Amino acid sequence: MSAPVAKPADLVTVNIDGKEIAVPKGTNVIEAARLVNVDVPHYCYHPKLSVVGNCRMCLIEMGMPAVDPATKAPIIDPATGKQKINWIPRPQIGCGTNVSPGLHVKTTSPMVKDAREGVMEFLLINHPLDCPICDQAGECKLQEQSTGYGRGYSRFIEQKNVKPKRTQLGPRVVLDDERCILCSRCIRFSKEVAKDDVLGFIDRGSYSTLTCYPGKELKNNYSLNTVDICPVGALTSTDFRFKMRVWFLKQTNSIDTETSVGANTVVWSREGVIYRITPRRNDAVNDTWMADSGRVLYKQVQAADRLTAVQINGNDSALDIAVNTAAELFKAAPGAVAVVGSGRSSVEEQFLTKQLAAALKAAVVLVSRVGEGDGLLVSADRNPNVRGALVTGLISALPSSQPTGLAADIDAGKVRVVVAINEDLAAAGLTAAQLTKVSVVYLGTHKNATSDAAKVVIPTLTVFEKSGAFVNQQFRLQKFLKAIPAVAGATDDLVVLARLVAAAGGATVAGDLAGVWKSLAAAVPALGAVTFANLPETGLLLDAAPFAALPFAEGATLHFKPTAKA
Amino acid sequence: MPAPEQRRIIFQHIDEPGYSNDLACYVKHGGYEVLKQALTRQPQELIDEVKKSGLRGRGGAGFPCGVKWGLVDRKSGKPIYLIVNADESEPGTFKDRYIIHQDPHQLIEGTMISCFANNVQQAYIYIRGEFPHGARILETALAEARAAGFVGQNICGTNYSCDIFVHRGAGAYICGEETGLIESLEGKRANPRIKPPYFPAVLGLYQCPTIVNNVETLCHVKYIAEHGGEAFAKIGTPNNTGTRVFCVSGHVQRPGYYEFPAGTITLGQLLNEVCGGPLPGRTFKAVIPGGSSAKILRFGERFKGKRKVGADLVDYDWGVEDVPMDFDSLGMIGTMGGSGGVIVMDDSVNMVEALANINAFYSHESCGQCTPCREGSLWMKKITTRMVHGQARAEDAALLKGVADQIPGRTICAFGEACSWPTQSFIAKFGDEFKQYPETKKTKAADSRVLV
Amino acid sequence: MNLKPETLSKIYEVITHYPVKRSATLPLLHLIQEEVGYIPEDAITWIAAKLELEPINVYEVVTFYPMFRRQPIGRRHIKVCRTLSCALLGGYKTCETFEKEFNTHRGEVSPDGEVTVDFVECLASCGTAPVVLIDDELHEKVDCVKAKQIADQIKAEAKKR
Repeated sequence: MSAPVAKPADLVTVNIDGKEIAVPKGTNVIEAARLVNVDVPHYCYHPKLSVVGNCRMCLIEMGMPAVDPATKAPIIDPATGKQKINWIPRPQIGCGTNVSPGLHVKTTSPMVKDAREGVMEFLLINHPLDCPICDQAGECKLQEQSTGYGRGYSRFIEQKNVKPKRTQLGPRVVLDDERCILCSRCIRFSKEVAKDDVLGFIDRGSYSTLTCYPGKELKNNYSLNTVDICPVGALTSTDFRFKMRVWFLKQTNSIDTETSVGANTVVWSREGVIYRITPRRNDAVNDTWMADSGRVLYKQVQAADRLTAVQINGNDSALDIAVNTAAELFKAAPGAVAVVGSGRSSVEEQFLTKQLAAALKAAVVLVSRVGEGDGLLVSADRNPNVRGALVTGLISALPSSQPTGLAADIDAGKVRVVVAINEDLAAAGLTAAQLTKVSVVYLGTHKNATSDAAKVVIPTLTVFEKSGAFVNQQFRLQKFLKAIPAVAGATDDLVVLARLVAAAGGATVAGDLAGVWKSLAAAVPALGAVTFANLPETGLLLDAAPFAALPFAEGATLHFKPTAKA
Repeated sequence: MPAPEQRRIIFQHIDEPGYSNDLACYVKHGGYEVLKQALTRQPQELIDEVKKSGLRGRGGAGFPCGVKWGLVDRKSGKPIYLIVNADESEPGTFKDRYIIHQDPHQLIEGTMISCFANNVQQAYIYIRGEFPHGARILETALAEARAAGFVGQNICGTNYSCDIFVHRGAGAYICGEETGLIESLEGKRANPRIKPPYFPAVLGLYQCPTIVNNVETLCHVKYIAEHGGEAFAKIGTPNNTGTRVFCVSGHVQRPGYYEFPAGTITLGQLLNEVCGGPLPGRTFKAVIPGGSSAKILRFGERFKGKRKVGADLVDYDWGVEDVPMDFDSLGMIGTMGGSGGVIVMDDSVNMVEALANINAFYSHESCGQCTPCREGSLWMKKITTRMVHGQARAEDAALLKGVADQIPGRTICAFGEACSWPTQSFIAKFGDEFKQYPETKKTKAADSRVLV
Repeated sequence: MNLKPETLSKIYEVITHYPVKRSATLPLLHLIQEEVGYIPEDAITWIAAKLELEPINVYEVVTFYPMFRRQPIGRRHIKVCRTLSCALLGGYKTCETFEKEFNTHRGEVSPDGEVTVDFVECLASCGTAPVVLIDDELHEKVDCVKAKQIADQIKAEAKKR
């Protein structure tokens, strides 16, 4: 993370291992060191939680420049000709120390090495030798730091403490108390971020044990974040337990599609199979957190109701035939086609949907999906990309809660063909009767009432099988990347949409990401000079002003405040 | 040179026949006159007197009381609290007990004077749970004092108000640490806070400026308010002013509490003359001069060096018996005055077993927050217990030292030093016994004294 | 929780001693333990509700402080000090004597239900070692002989009841 830009008056100059750097006031030594690529090992410190300073791993040597107490003149060391530094004889914790002007820090001195080896040794003496069966192996801070700073042999010949192992702390989290190093990150997270004060330490000293009150569980919708931040394998995910060693997993950056928060995620996969999703740090969107309910979305990929065959009237077919069939349907109902787009489609797909609607002279409807926001990372809008539809011009007003206009048009016979893009019209509010009145061309990922009733079914891709971008509630354009190959039988949405556009008689459009972006950037001035390739990892804020008057459903969440209506 | 006489200022009425702990008796002996006088003075004056007096905390750290009061943040606008640390739990210490049980009003008066001096409106007495009588006695005394207008609203008819509540602990030594005490008073586990930033003088109880003072210290404040800081400073020795209540326990003829001007009595005078020397047929082997956290001294050791006496640097060459009982001298020879709890061991004691007892105490009392103390104290306990009850190895001495050396200076609070100094000093001074223990334990008598 | 009115009124009073309710956790635990003899399961949730805390907050405190017991104990609570000064003067033998006299082990309730013997840390009366705290009474210089005398007295009192 790069240092945020601060006014010069707010910058403090410190010296870390001989390197001078100016950092904003209030930065602690661990973060300051990070900025000069110096790693200060730590367990209990977390940039998004309160500081407790109890692991003592981040101990470093500190000193302040010496000044004459009376005159405040700097005292010069004759040997070096530079200002003498009064090194504090005891090591100090880096996490709890904020920078002060002239602060000098040593992270490689014998004192620091001794301190780290001491803390490592102490952490390991009661720690069980579970590495071969522990899920955390490969991403365990204890393993990493004992490699870097440990002693390499054990002097402990006593009996290790025995504590409860394999406790089901909640539906999604397993606790192994013997592995716990009592850093208290999970307790602080539950209290400070999830606002569910349900964890605590009982007993005392080395027998301290993490637990919930008997009868209570760690089951809030952010419980899995404790698994992410647990530096060891004490808290592990029930879903991921014993499934895969992390060093075999490929990491792909993605976006949580659960709501318009657009939490940044990492998708972990191996050989085309996804094993878990974890949050990715974005200090402007989701910090280092995501909701549990967003993590399970990867299960969609191999769900039993996944569409895997192009079908025409319920019979397996092929893409070309399907496209032709669609073309005929369009020709037979000129001006009587409606397009139901999706707030779950990517910006690129919405752009092509707009081309399709234009070619068909069709009205566009988006399906609304509103729930209750939890004030944290689940917003009231359960569509991740309604704003993408606004920015691309696919829609100009927010989707209404019921597709009453479309329903009326269908009943009146004004709409005879509907192109439904990954939305179940029945669930959206159309009746079964209305569904039978129209011919549906369905592009989507999972079987539903609409796909059952559709004349043409073309399976498309989940967010994990393609790349694209979403615009979140902050009007931040964020990209997601393809993690796994498409399931057999499904086709990339952009390819399908491009072919449908052609089938509808529209101008030829590209069906690949780069090609779509060329047109997208040209057609949408708000995007300016951005390309998919140069879109920053932390996203790009677009101008929200043109849409300021719209009654967005979202309330405040972690990094979002709804703008006051004029 | 014979030992000086005791000077019982704080303990003037302890064990006095006919003296009772009620208000009537206290007032009969001139009680609360000093408070009445103090209320007519400027609070800052009283703070200055305490600064002049050089009074150092009697709880164990020996931190100058006047300096502590001077650090209080008086600009924050937040209420200032004063907490009486009556959590006397340092092994070897038993002085506050007597003040609380037999002369509680002295404590209350000292507390009220200190509260007035520091503009405190609410004070708490944190008393250890194992003094149930003491808590009741204090409650009664406070009720009496409130009824008489010495505590509560409009003290002695002035417009100064301050109330005191008793708060009982429940068996944790770490509640004696000032920030641990504050956490406990807030209703939580007594985990000491990191300093910086949580210095009690700035961010203490409920994140308000707080003063935490020991029982005996506050009683000395009463004397200072009455006689002035200069008069107090004349008692004792420079930088170690006033009287100290020494608590002697262990293998002496007359264990008990003795109040002397600080630095005017040597360890030898205290143990041999005042306490009657070793038990019949025994010789002194070791002494811990300041509560079990202090480093141990081995009889026969000699300490040589130069020290400041007045403006001069003077040579000293001391045996254990020659060391004056004051903070600085004890600090100079590598131990500490601490809480004044002197624990004496004679030649019947095996030092490995004594250390095992001490280590068991510290590992039990560690709050468990920070790694070195939590794991280190238990490891040392496991080693020494194994040596006594299981297999002892010659290399265990070096292992104990190695473990103990990794704790001090690396922890959140001074418990790190407290739990590791005994091991470090026992090994340093009695390393031979530790190395020979695997052999010596084989020839232990079946009915020999058990220490762990 | 069914507490006596006197206990309840003391509870309400003590809560007013603190500007932050949570501070009353320890006093409430003491008051409940004084009446009930130990901290029962529902006391923890009751206190949590009364002080606007989560049960885990109270549970953490109950298990941190050794004086709070989660199980009933014997009618009399014999706490023998085990720390250095008392141990040097025979504290371990004192504890053993009590255990033998009542045919029990430390931490358990004796078979006749009369006592629980506990070995506790320094009781701050080292000058009169070995010391024993029996309920609220401190007994000083309790060697084996005196320990037996005290045990006999306890048994005599028990018989009278």
